[in-house]
Amino acid sequence: MSDKIPVTVLTGYLGAGKTTLLNRILTEEHGKKFAVIVNEFGEAGIDGDLVVGADEEVFEMNNGCICCTVRGDLIRILDGLMKRKGKFDAIIVETTGLADPAPVAQTFFVDQDVGDATRLDAVVTVTDAKWLKERLKDAPEAKNQIAFADVIILNKTDLVSAEELAEVEAAIRAINPYAKLQKAQRCDVDIPSLLDRNAFDLDRILDIEPDFLESGHHHHHSDDIRSISLTIPGEVDPEKFMPWINDVAQLQGANILRSKGILAFKNEQRRFVFQGVHMILDGDLQRDWKPSETRQSRLVFIGRDLNENELRKGFEACAA
Amino acid sequence: MNTAPASSVSLREHVVPIEAGAHVVAVRWLKQGLAFALAEGQVLRWRDGATDTVEAHGGGILCATGDAERLITGGDDGRVVVTRMEGAPEELAKDPKRRWIDAITLSPSGNLAWNSGKSVQARDEKGRVRTLETASTPQGLVFAPKGYRLAIAQMNGVSLWYPNTEATPEFLEWKGSHLDAAWSPDGRFVVTSMQENALHGWKLGDKAGHMRMTGYPAKPRSLSWSHDGLWLASSGADGAIVWPFQGDGPQGKAPRECGVRHARVTRVAFHPGALVLAIGYDDGCILLVRLTDGSELLVRPAQRGSGITAFAWDKGGKRLAFGAEDGAAGVLTLPA
Repeated sequence: MSDKIPVTVLTGYLGAGKTTLLNRILTEEHGKKFAVIVNEFGEAGIDGDLVVGADEEVFEMNNGCICCTVRGDLIRILDGLMKRKGKFDAIIVETTGLADPAPVAQTFFVDQDVGDATRLDAVVTVTDAKWLKERLKDAPEAKNQIAFADVIILNKTDLVSAEELAEVEAAIRAINPYAKLQKAQRCDVDIPSLLDRNAFDLDRILDIEPDFLESGHHHHHSDDIRSISLTIPGEVDPEKFMPWINDVAQLQGANILRSKGILAFKNEQRRFVFQGVHMILDGDLQRDWKPSETRQSRLVFIGRDLNENELRKGFEACAA
Repeated sequence: MNTAPASSVSLREHVVPIEAGAHVVAVRWLKQGLAFALAEGQVLRWRDGATDTVEAHGGGILCATGDAERLITGGDDGRVVVTRMEGAPEELAKDPKRRWIDAITLSPSGNLAWNSGKSVQARDEKGRVRTLETASTPQGLVFAPKGYRLAIAQMNGVSLWYPNTEATPEFLEWKGSHLDAAWSPDGRFVVTSMQENALHGWKLGDKAGHMRMTGYPAKPRSLSWSHDGLWLASSGADGAIVWPFQGDGPQGKAPRECGVRHARVTRVAFHPGALVLAIGYDDGCILLVRLTDGSELLVRPAQRGSGITAFAWDKGGKRLAFGAEDGAAGVLTLPA
């Protein structure tokens, strides 16, 4: 596990500042060596020994899972890079501004060779404080990238007023309240804070609290992508929960971008933790519940056109 | 070999170790010695124990082919480079956009082909280069055993291209991502390894047909035909999986499983003149297995972190060269 190479996926709409961030990561002194996979038609020049141009090639796996798309080019490039393991400590995959992050993320769970050698660390999305609200209206990809993110960099905050900034932040939070949000100008974020986040590592999913502290729910029912949080104030019955969550993933997986859960199973001392990308679910029993913790069961879905009432009813029927 | 009490014999003492120093991408016997293509861009030349190293690529070597005189490599610097036993490596071609070259193949008559981006370059023995644009990234490349015809494994099938003609390549369709390609020595079958842990085969000619060879726990990335062309060995399982290609091929027939161990087979290489298979595993072990009775000879014991990545038999089948992911390598000389 520990010798797997961490991979950070960098997304963001055109002009948001991905290239600026990449250049900072490549030129600043932070003690790490990166291999960088850039999309071939990138915005500006990025050069270096271990910079590889990728020609985005998405394909569907022949495994009966309709939304199980992966990036063939990535599988090929990672296979080649792994022969030169000693040359870098981490890998960054830059996606095109129009890319859906899901096939990139799914590649790490579906392809065995990739999964054996590397681990997906986090999806980092760069957004533009000035133009994001426009993009959310006209570009479904921009919305997808925010919904998918573990870390969101809200860049170019110097180009907007305080009110505009609050508005754009609220728009981001309406889609994804769980990602870590960092405000920046010219992507001046602390680079190490973007790395080694273990966002897909079950052992590191400690809580699924929103990243911000305002209380109360603000539902934006006009938005097609949003997050749904469900809580049972006690235990669930795994005999009911497992078939239900598998059904949800199979039937609604195409609409669920990300999911996470921490559950208290009946007669089980340990916490059950899972995370998912579309139809792909990864779950395991983790550490014991601490005496200070309330044994409760909580799920979060971020997705498109999700039926909250139906999901709530289905989940509540799993209560022990 | 035929008389040895196989099960009790080890060939370990007949192995000369070689320190290659980096992940061995490929190894090839040239007339006067051995050439190792290394992942860090160098070629290591070995001649009866004496070695020298030359820089062939500015980045890493991704693929290699060759003949008795030349090791020909493709790299992540977008170059095709020829290295001989003497002298400096020579650049044969260069991609203007410095795109990766990760598939390369040479025909017995000296035609060469390689990929870059979504195109394939074919260079005939006179040095004329033709380019074919493909709809998806070309992966495995292999020439027909006779004639100037190239099989190109790609998304959803295999293209069969005559580089000397303007004709649109024939497309053998099968849904999925096709990785490596092999053409049977009699020219009747084309086989690919697939993303979905399977092999797919096409019988060419009048009674064309598909062959599905499934059940692998991992991708079968190494393929080797027996000298008589009747068997195809493959990696990707805990033993070598060997499919029978007599008659109409393996459809409906069970494969042989050779050298089953608690490890994954990473490389296979049939002996050039006998039904003996060299099997390399991800735990570093190497076995020789006789297909007729399944008897096994140990060539190299398991060595952590030293998974086998390359094999080459010499022309007469007296010596087997190997390389590993940690830069270890060696030569087995079969006892007379």
